[in-house]
Amino acid sequence: MMDWPILSWLIWLPCAGAIVVLLAGNARPRLARWLSLLFSVATFGLSLVMLAVYWVAPSGFQMQENLHWIPGINTSYHLGVDGISVALVVLTAVIHILVVGGAWQVIKVKVHQYMAAVLVLDGLLIGVFCAMDALLFYLFFEAILIPMFFLIGVWGGERRVYATLKFFIYTFFGSIFFLIGILYMYHRAGTFDLQTLQNFPFTFKEQTWLFFSFVIAFAIKTPMVPVHTWLPDAHVEAPTGGSVILAAIMLKVGTYGFLRFPLLITPDASQHFAWLIIVLSLIAIIYIGYVAMVQPDMKKLVAYSSIAHMGFVTLGLFIVYMLARQLNDPGMAQLGVQGAVVQMVSHGFVSGALFTCIGVMYDRLHTHEISVFGGLAKVMPWFGAFWILFAMANTGLPGTSGFVGEFMVIMSAFKASPWIALFAAYSLIISAGYTLYLVRRIIWGTAPTPKAAAMPHLNAREGWVLTGFALAVLAIGVYPWPLMHLMDSSVAQIVTHLMTSKIG
Amino acid sequence: MISQNLLIVLTAAPLVGALIAGLLRNRIGRAGAAAVAIASVALSFFASCVVFYQLVWGGAPVFNANVYTWLEVGKFSIGIGFLVDRLTALMLVTVTFVSLMVHIYTIGYMREDPGFQRFFAYIALFTFSMLILVIANNFLQLFVGWELVGLVSYLLIGFWFHKRKANFAALKAFIVNRVGDFGFILGIAAVLYATNQLGYGPTLDYAPVFAHANALAGQTITVVSGHPWSLATVICILLFIGAVGKSAQAPLHVWLPDSMEGPTPISALIHAATMVTAGIFMVARMSPLYEMSPTALSVVLIVGATTAFFMGLIGVVHNDIKKVIAYSTLSQLGYMVVALGASAYAAGIFHLMTHAFFKALLFLCSGSVIMAMHHGQDMRFMGGLRKRMPITYLTMWAGSLALCAMPGFSGFFSKDQIIEAAGASHIWGATYAYWCVLLGVFVTALYSFRLLYMTFHGKPRWKVVPGLHEEEGAIPQPGVLPHEPKESPLVVTIPLILLAIPSVIIGWFTVRPLLYGDWFKSSIKVLPGHDVLAGMGAEFHGALPMFWHSFYSAPFLLALAGFAVATYVYQFNPRVAGKVARALLPLYKLLNRKYYADYLQYNLFAWGGIRLGRWFWKGTDMGVFDGAVNGAAFVTERGSRVFRRLQTGFLYHYAFAMIIGLILLLGGLWYWGLT
Repeated sequence: MMDWPILSWLIWLPCAGAIVVLLAGNARPRLARWLSLLFSVATFGLSLVMLAVYWVAPSGFQMQENLHWIPGINTSYHLGVDGISVALVVLTAVIHILVVGGAWQVIKVKVHQYMAAVLVLDGLLIGVFCAMDALLFYLFFEAILIPMFFLIGVWGGERRVYATLKFFIYTFFGSIFFLIGILYMYHRAGTFDLQTLQNFPFTFKEQTWLFFSFVIAFAIKTPMVPVHTWLPDAHVEAPTGGSVILAAIMLKVGTYGFLRFPLLITPDASQHFAWLIIVLSLIAIIYIGYVAMVQPDMKKLVAYSSIAHMGFVTLGLFIVYMLARQLNDPGMAQLGVQGAVVQMVSHGFVSGALFTCIGVMYDRLHTHEISVFGGLAKVMPWFGAFWILFAMANTGLPGTSGFVGEFMVIMSAFKASPWIALFAAYSLIISAGYTLYLVRRIIWGTAPTPKAAAMPHLNAREGWVLTGFALAVLAIGVYPWPLMHLMDSSVAQIVTHLMTSKIG
Repeated sequence: MISQNLLIVLTAAPLVGALIAGLLRNRIGRAGAAAVAIASVALSFFASCVVFYQLVWGGAPVFNANVYTWLEVGKFSIGIGFLVDRLTALMLVTVTFVSLMVHIYTIGYMREDPGFQRFFAYIALFTFSMLILVIANNFLQLFVGWELVGLVSYLLIGFWFHKRKANFAALKAFIVNRVGDFGFILGIAAVLYATNQLGYGPTLDYAPVFAHANALAGQTITVVSGHPWSLATVICILLFIGAVGKSAQAPLHVWLPDSMEGPTPISALIHAATMVTAGIFMVARMSPLYEMSPTALSVVLIVGATTAFFMGLIGVVHNDIKKVIAYSTLSQLGYMVVALGASAYAAGIFHLMTHAFFKALLFLCSGSVIMAMHHGQDMRFMGGLRKRMPITYLTMWAGSLALCAMPGFSGFFSKDQIIEAAGASHIWGATYAYWCVLLGVFVTALYSFRLLYMTFHGKPRWKVVPGLHEEEGAIPQPGVLPHEPKESPLVVTIPLILLAIPSVIIGWFTVRPLLYGDWFKSSIKVLPGHDVLAGMGAEFHGALPMFWHSFYSAPFLLALAGFAVATYVYQFNPRVAGKVARALLPLYKLLNRKYYADYLQYNLFAWGGIRLGRWFWKGTDMGVFDGAVNGAAFVTERGSRVFRRLQTGFLYHYAFAMIIGLILLLGGLWYWGLT
């Protein structure tokens, strides 16, 4: 219905913006800031247009663009969005505005480069969520490593070299298998087109190899236990904006990959090995919860809590086979998948907000150590209130976005097996444990040092950024229906698709 | 016809009040915040009265409709809406009335507190959450309200956040409640599962679930393979775990006594009158489901009876005035749970209502005493306040008599019927429950009169040191006051009087309709086989005969015995108490340590969890998982050092290697070629 290539604009506008910001140069940080805000807001505006177009008739892949790109190997520049992509693209665009706002006066060196890296990430991440070609997806998937590498490596903390190397090599290591998988599929099917590949009848043995090549890549990216250890290190060293993008969006690239590749391309192998992913997800929820509880560093704590929350996403995605195929209940399967996607969006806002809060504290006392802080409710009352809100969202309190996805996944998991639901519901206890124990130490009580007692109040800019997060968290929690409406038909299609076996 | 807009106003008014009082607290000031919050709750109370009137006398039908769709996935949709039947209406009036009284009282109690506006924002928010809970028409909304009241309770217990003890009490309350909610959400999932299995779902709306409750008969679910369990039992027990947490039944009761760290008005509102009774309300609401599972009813009965008797015992040995009332609350909640277990849901709700009045009254009275004692709560340093605080003294006596079920007082009508119901019930565990609730009457009288004597009677055990400075942060010595204790101001005493009136008289004209008049109509369902109240109704001839008859009954004699013992020990011969404690030292210790429940939860769950976390972190996470990664990096690095040596740069080394390689290759070809 629209010939105007809106998705390309969404991807390349922020990238072009990055070049413009770079041209502003190091000497004019003010200009660089305003330009990046302008470009991120413009991207967000475009994403709203896309949302509006999709909202009218939410089904299938829309706004497709298909250009023959490298005809020799039959790969094409094929973009398109379904309800899930739309939600994630809007999330990406919103988060980047908040990241630009959050970095305003905090980043003092090489402002233009920092902002350019953020804008490039904006475009590339949107690209990941729009790609309908496996090779194109892979390119975006890999390319996002580069600006993130610079964000952590240049503006990071003391051990940033160790953290960036670990982050880069670890995720890159996973991607190699992914690339081999993609090349093998091309070898067999003669195309990189995702929809063709999803319908291509791979044998069970092929599916098994492909499944593991996907899982290694996406499990590291998500991250899942036991390949998660890069994340806490990367977060601790990353600057606030890097952490926010990493937690809010980059982790979703992994779970989004699960949704587009193994779930649909290798459904029979996924069904066969679903137990493995389910067990690892439950371990993430419980085991990582305990690990989070004892972290002395706030960023590590929230990083571990992210891993636990991602467990709900992978759980929701992989119980789908038990529900749709073994129990023949596509309705519950849809509830699980939709819950997983809602959890992805919600976690984007909640973890982004928490890392922004930690950034606010870091700007004042230059540390993430929990023991340094205390009594924020008295020292910075408004900030304390924001903290409580986001902490409650993190524990999945109804009325906040954190509840919706977890509720949906637990509801559908019970049908798959009461035991899965039991272990998943343990999250109610353990997430309250680690989150509120943190809140007790930093928000309540009294400030341990005069310096901690004299922290300046939130300034207007910080207040606006946190208000943005708070509105999103509350809106999704109080009225999640629009989000459901957006992706209902897309998820239904996915469930219908994976109900039919490829090996007959 | 009840108007939906009225219900929206009823529910949302306190939320608006809370938001204004909270977000604009500095702009509208103390008086403004108090006025807004009180006005919003008063509006809510007024609307509740209108709804109650329309439903009971106006002939309005039950209201059940959604306001908006919260979630819609395929065929499954859940809304946020209202179900207003008589059970809801009774709860609405009770909750908003007590809340209003507490709001007014707060003006006096929190007068000097710097967090005055914040406090009003919290209690108005609490009222909103509680209304969401009782007015829900589906399980999801119930859970929303259920968790929100938990949140506000957490915030209010930790209201004085500079106090370390308050912080931990709040944390404990939230986490222990979450243990209950863990069961509760699984129960909701089980309900969804059942509706799906039985072919009329998936749905979480009350109406279809209750209408098809009979279909649960004979349904099983296999959780442990080879052992099919009754689906109704699984659902009911899981939901009841939620009630055990929220209504502080053993063994999840540990949070409630600690919650007394919060300001007294919220102890009255949240931890006595309303929030903790949410579990009772929930089970009564779910009566069609519970009726399907005698096993679950037995569990309910036994848990309630155990709590009613054994938690009451602890109240006898404590000296903190609020803690005694807290243990009394645990015990009374146990009575309500016993009523539910005996299928006498109406009696449980009836006791919930009378208890809301007299227990809120008792807490507010204790708050009045605490104000007079300058935030001293230890009864060993009280005494002789009778003449100095006459209104508090009289109203607290009235509340205590109601609590002890003295004939004629409101608690008498409700509690007596629970004891009788437990006696009349035939389900498994009923005999145990009967003895627990019967002996509980003695215990209740003992701790209640002990409290009254230690607080108001006898000689003063405090002294006045004029000019004693009350500096911020200075630890006041117990029993040392800067000036004479005096009666509290009118904003405090008027709520006391207004609560004392229903505490005394409300039983007289509510006992017949609520218990024997089919007042609740369709909102409570009891199977004929379980209907103990129907059997008791045959012998019920009205409130007055019940009153006269009671003077020969066992509960009255036991209450009298409790009164006599308390009078002897604490009024006439105080040294006996110490002697008895020494004689029964192990028992005394057991009670004083609260059955070691706190000890266990602290050492096993709290510290155990942290130890486990450390072990996981340092051992598995950093040792194994990260160790493997860094190990791989290490091996690669060392390996490349070794292999680097191969590249010596000397031509003859390479030539030699090539010759070796060529020989191996040719040798291999020759070998394979031969075979």
